[in-house]
Amino acid sequence: MYKRCTWVLGAMAVLACSGGGDKSASNPKDSTSAANGASTASSGADLTGAGATFPYPLYSKWFAEYAAKAGVKINYQSIGSGGGIRQLTEGTVDFGASDAPMSDDEMSKLKTPVFHIPTVLGAVTITYNAPEITQPLKLTGEVIAQIYEGKITKWNDKAIAALNAGVKLPTTDILVVHRTDGSGTTYIFTDYLSSVSPEWAKAPGKGKELQWPAGIGGKGNEGVAGQVKQTPGAIGYVELVYAKQNNLPIASIKNAAGNYVAPSVESITAAAEGAAAKFPPNTDYRVSIVNAPGANAYPISSFTYLLVDKTFTDAAKGKKLVDFLHWALTDGEKEASALDYGPLPESLDTRLVARLDSIKVGS
Amino acid sequence: MSDAVATPPPAPIVTGGAKTASSGGDGIEGGIGGTALGDRIYGGIIWVFAICVPILLALIALEIFLAGWPALHKFGLSFLTSSDWDPVNGKFGAAPSIYGTLVSSAIALIISTPLAIGVSVFLSEFAPPWLRQPVAFFVDLLAAIPSVIYGLWGIFILIPALRLAIIPFLRDTLHLSVIPLFNGPNYGYSMLAAGLILAIMVLPYIASVSREVLLAVPRSQREAALALGATKWEMIWGAVLPYAKSGIIGGIILGLGRALGETMAVTMVIGNRPEIKASLFAPAYTMASVIANEFSEASGDLHLSALMAVGFVLFVITIVVNAIARWLVWEVSRGNKS
Repeated sequence: MYKRCTWVLGAMAVLACSGGGDKSASNPKDSTSAANGASTASSGADLTGAGATFPYPLYSKWFAEYAAKAGVKINYQSIGSGGGIRQLTEGTVDFGASDAPMSDDEMSKLKTPVFHIPTVLGAVTITYNAPEITQPLKLTGEVIAQIYEGKITKWNDKAIAALNAGVKLPTTDILVVHRTDGSGTTYIFTDYLSSVSPEWAKAPGKGKELQWPAGIGGKGNEGVAGQVKQTPGAIGYVELVYAKQNNLPIASIKNAAGNYVAPSVESITAAAEGAAAKFPPNTDYRVSIVNAPGANAYPISSFTYLLVDKTFTDAAKGKKLVDFLHWALTDGEKEASALDYGPLPESLDTRLVARLDSIKVGS
Repeated sequence: MSDAVATPPPAPIVTGGAKTASSGGDGIEGGIGGTALGDRIYGGIIWVFAICVPILLALIALEIFLAGWPALHKFGLSFLTSSDWDPVNGKFGAAPSIYGTLVSSAIALIISTPLAIGVSVFLSEFAPPWLRQPVAFFVDLLAAIPSVIYGLWGIFILIPALRLAIIPFLRDTLHLSVIPLFNGPNYGYSMLAAGLILAIMVLPYIASVSREVLLAVPRSQREAALALGATKWEMIWGAVLPYAKSGIIGGIILGLGRALGETMAVTMVIGNRPEIKASLFAPAYTMASVIANEFSEASGDLHLSALMAVGFVLFVITIVVNAIARWLVWEVSRGNKS
């Protein structure tokens, strides 16, 4: 009797365990969201979204203000662009957010096609640790690519000296620092290097993480900035927001028009303006705006996107989201520059608001 | 730590229950019969718990393996031997991170084992009672520090110290640069930094277990050695440490497990460069760091699968290391008895 009882309980345990296991195996949504450390539908939220960490400070401000204004609660998980795209593909969130446009391959896996709606602009800045250099360092894309390829190894290399006439450059080695965690920042930076250096485009290429030819890796903007700050001779790249708020030395970069431009809210909006002038009317906005035309355009600029379904079967949800986007692109945009994000140029805002009308809500 | 050593095995309780049940069946009614039923339920529940743990482990292994299979299948053995980690072109080889995990853990153990044993011998044999508790408390406290704090300490204290003092001293002043191990760049961010930080992190694990084990060595063992005319040193070396050997090895393995899996602190100081270099001063990478760094933005299926495969390899290495450790402990304790 005792034994049988044990066996029954034991068998039940096996069933219970394997049952649970099967469930999680056949339901990748659960495991993905759990692994990302994010609970999906939080109670009380009208809309849920997930994705990029870069625009999160602005988005959270938007969501808070919009909740106060329109009473629509939006729950956003800043788990990274890749995670956002995965969750959108699996249908666990109502919208996604990404710093890099989705690839054709990623788009093909979506159940519902999406619009890329640019919200604000970000920029990647080059920061360095060379106390000897008192005025902002001037660099070109080609020189940055060669530094990151490990071909230029000294600060007083001829190529750098030629761009900075009259500046006393240190004789030390350059220590290259890059992001080691997957990041939209890396995507924008390497997108730029690929566009200005055919060699870079061939060898490491562009991506959120890649095989770096040289240097050491830091985790996050703070990791890169920390390594640069501590190591004399180091060079690294961080987001504009981070560089501004931490008062890091920032290099001016030569743009397509041949001017050296320092990154600023104005110069990245100028980049979007220059690039947007060339967008065809039916653009899907999956376009790179690095090395954009325009006399004052900062060349390492980029959109960050919200990924929104083109059709919503749930009419109530769809309407809420479209209304929010309307608000974000008009009133919301005005908040961007205070947080060091580049607002979209007005011409583009108008086009995007018109684009929102083509989102089909309801069946 | 002490409860890990002194937990009473639950098995005898269950056996006791079974005996009561059979005697209950002999006709004694009432209270004892009720106890027998309770015992059966209790026994059953214990069974469920006991079975669940290995099943859970097996399912985790299976899940990770299945998720990593596309990458393992595509790259085969070269996944373990190739140094190419190129997400842009979809080429994945985990050799540098496997190497980094093993070497950084080895450095940690080489540094922390003698230290930890030294601390525990001091605490169990030399320290006056009033000093024993506070020192033991502070050593244990090391285990309570979150790893990200270790990482920050690494960035702000350890790395500058390595870059400005330790590496120049080893490489240039002592002229150790003739050995490839000590010849290399001086960024501070390096395999050595990771090993040093891990050494501090695993120290409390080894030290606490060793201390408990040493304190559990019978007085008679010590007295016998002293009675034979041994000095204190000979007593510790000849009678106490051999007696405690298996427990100390167990502690070292516990520390090794911690070192293999540590992620945050290591990522912050190792430089994250997937290359196999002979030099301890060169930046490196570990398996746990690769996964932590790249998982959130890995959008390609193959990339994700490669990260899962790295997780599976880490899982297997941990299990193999633990199995070897169990075997070692078993061998040593068997040697003690004979």
